[in-house]
Amino acid sequence: MIRFANLYGELDSTTKTNEKVSAMVNYFANAEPDDAAWATYFLSGSKLRRLVTTKLLRKWAAEEAGIPDWLFDESYQSVGDLAETISLVVPPGEVCDDAPLARWVTERMQPLGKMDEPDQRRAVIEIWRHSTPAMRLVTMKLITGAFRIGVSKRLLTRAIASHSGIPTEVVAHRLMGEWEPTAEFFQRVIDDSVDATLPSQPYPFCLAHPLDPEEGPASLGKVDQYLVEWKWDGIRGQVIRREDSTYIWSRGEELMENRWPEIESAAAQLPNGVVLDGEILAATAGGEVLPFAQLQRRIGRKKVGKKLLAEVPVVFHAFDLLERDGCDMRDQPLADRRVQLEKIVQQVNHPHLRTTELINQSSWDDFAETRATSREHRAEGLMLKRKDAAYDVGRVRGTWWKWKIDPFTIDAVLIYAQKGHGRRASLFSDYTFALWQDGALVPFAKAYSGLTDAEIRKVDRFIRQNTNDSFGPVRSVTPELVMEVAFEGLQRSSRHKSGVATRFPRIVRWRHDKQPNDANSLADLMEMMPD
Amino acid sequence: MDELLRPTQHGLYCPAGDFFVDPSRPVHRAVVSHAHSDHARWGCRRYLAAKPSEQLLRLRMNADATFDFLGYGDKVTVGEVKISFHPAGHILGSSQIRIEHRGRVAVVTGDYKLGDDPTCETWEPVECDLLITESTFGLPVYRWEPSATTFAAINQWWRDSQEAGKCCVLYGYAVGKSQHLLAGLDPSIGPIFTHGAVEKANDAYRRSGVALPKTTHVGSVDGKPNWKGAMVVAVPSAHGTPWMRKFGRVSTAMASGWMAIRGNRRRRSVDRGFVLSDHVDWGSLLKAVELCDPETVWVTHGSAAVVARYLNEQGRDAKVLEGQLRREGDEDESVRGEVET
Repeated sequence: MIRFANLYGELDSTTKTNEKVSAMVNYFANAEPDDAAWATYFLSGSKLRRLVTTKLLRKWAAEEAGIPDWLFDESYQSVGDLAETISLVVPPGEVCDDAPLARWVTERMQPLGKMDEPDQRRAVIEIWRHSTPAMRLVTMKLITGAFRIGVSKRLLTRAIASHSGIPTEVVAHRLMGEWEPTAEFFQRVIDDSVDATLPSQPYPFCLAHPLDPEEGPASLGKVDQYLVEWKWDGIRGQVIRREDSTYIWSRGEELMENRWPEIESAAAQLPNGVVLDGEILAATAGGEVLPFAQLQRRIGRKKVGKKLLAEVPVVFHAFDLLERDGCDMRDQPLADRRVQLEKIVQQVNHPHLRTTELINQSSWDDFAETRATSREHRAEGLMLKRKDAAYDVGRVRGTWWKWKIDPFTIDAVLIYAQKGHGRRASLFSDYTFALWQDGALVPFAKAYSGLTDAEIRKVDRFIRQNTNDSFGPVRSVTPELVMEVAFEGLQRSSRHKSGVATRFPRIVRWRHDKQPNDANSLADLMEMMPD
Repeated sequence: MDELLRPTQHGLYCPAGDFFVDPSRPVHRAVVSHAHSDHARWGCRRYLAAKPSEQLLRLRMNADATFDFLGYGDKVTVGEVKISFHPAGHILGSSQIRIEHRGRVAVVTGDYKLGDDPTCETWEPVECDLLITESTFGLPVYRWEPSATTFAAINQWWRDSQEAGKCCVLYGYAVGKSQHLLAGLDPSIGPIFTHGAVEKANDAYRRSGVALPKTTHVGSVDGKPNWKGAMVVAVPSAHGTPWMRKFGRVSTAMASGWMAIRGNRRRRSVDRGFVLSDHVDWGSLLKAVELCDPETVWVTHGSAAVVARYLNEQGRDAKVLEGQLRREGDEDESVRGEVET
């Protein structure tokens, strides 16, 4: 456990990818397979379910530290991270239990979930007494389900590949989908003698690179080397039909069971040994794509009722064929995959399965005009894919490009601020922005990214010096700072004071040149609303 | 007690002695706890300070000012009050200022720490009726390890970096922190170099009789020495500047109490953060209050509201020292290590 806590510390303290990879390689080189399996599980973002409520942890930590609850809360406010606050506030333990990670997880953490409160309390306090602050930080993050670390799946894959000598693509494939973190699993991942995939196992998704909107596609080469389609704002998915079973995976590698009955019924018509990549979209029977807000109503529903099914039907828009007749097709050129994809989809002939529409134009300029009409089609822009390219693993530059439309932007006034978390803990870095309506400022969006560190420090100082009121952690400040806020989409919302909800709001720039009175009004925002 | 010391815009004022303690603006008469610039303001007409801080104060203050120095424990009468200085353990010459008036005693801690530090005299408790304490690290998340543990980690980092063929650059505030660091480094590992601002303060320390390991000012080095395996002690503002280029491959570290928090470590973008502070942590702040056993506590600098509330709940009459709100703006400066930590 000390080694895993150290690994966490090393990964947490560097931004250099090479150092991260070498820290992981070093860990795997000296880890037993079951420890390596759990490390892989956590580093790839999988979580234990929350085993103890944070409310209880806060209470016990305050008791153990001998401080009142309010003082624990003040400490938490200042540190900005619950697990870290606990690890610092609780007095150091007297002994250190350096059992391996797998034993810590299965013997000390997982059983917590089944205990009653007094036993839980005893077990948690024992964990604190048997750990160093570094181990405590990691265990508290694991048992609260808050373990996050700046390691992409690509880096983890690279580390396991480098440790085991198995090619990166093979490791990536074997790590896809859902698996149990056992010694057998990890041995299978690094075994070069077997074909270790399961019927349910998806392929790693190929991801597109954003195209610089200023530069455009001019430097990409000739138009006819690309397939062009709309970039939809739906749910990326992989539909697998193998051994008479259907598996639908999200891009987050979550198996979406019983969520999309229409698509499952279509997939049941597919021949065995077929894997499709595409986008799940809500669409009317007539084929008109519905706004993302409609699709959102179906996300997160484990079971879909009849009414919702009728109101928000979904269609799988397939754009790629990854497997056919049980053969991996990813090495073939896109153009060939597309021809076969169309053939298969045509044979199935099901209203809830179609191929994406290909857009034909003779020049990039013409495509630019098409792109400008994206919002009318409820699309986010265009996808440009090289016809001769294989299906890559992850975000490889040069084969798939997303050419998104420019976001909406509006000048708004900063009115509330809150301290951030993680790297920005103890700095006021989460802001609420407002627009004018009848001489008053109405809050409409929260944003916390887009400024440089230096700018955040300046805003932080402004907030400390211009606080008029505070409500818990939120400071109300003199409305002086104007910022340009960008967002992707706009929807009416009864839950928001302003009556609108924005999608992905973020700060574009600090408008030093503008006074609060120059900021936009809510009416200006309403004008941007589609339909 | 209000008649003994009064918070004003320019800092604490003592009407019975007609002087300011650690004023924030130039005044006619300043009684100064230690030589850091946020306590010893430039431009006062007359300063009174502890004798061991003389070299450091003269380094930083206007030459035309008049200085009076007093040995630790010696008393001087100013107006109607008696003043004496007592070790605060923060940096060389740092003092708690004891002010006595008609049998009532107030103590201003200035900045202080309870831990061991070979570069200055160790803090000692002074019984008083009114204690005015700093609270820079006044939260229970701050708990310093024994400095031997921290220095073992720093020296290990030095050895590891040396093995990796790198030059270590260790950042600490020029006056106080750097010398505390130097005294804990193991000179048998390799040569130690210093940034100019650090070396200036080293001279003042050595003139005051404090033993420090042999150091070489980076600016005085001729030719191209081999920086691999060396240790450079520098001010935090040197980080990422062209001055750093000459050292080649480096491993950087920051030593400060703020490094106890991950967010601060990450924001600094240094390779390592070592928790080493010249201020009291939560536990030693409470211990100091207990040992000085004052009737009233005024809390300033940092987590004043939290500490005052806690002390009140513990049955002590405590309040936030007024007129210190402006200092809050310094908070992020200190996070970035630009003021002494």
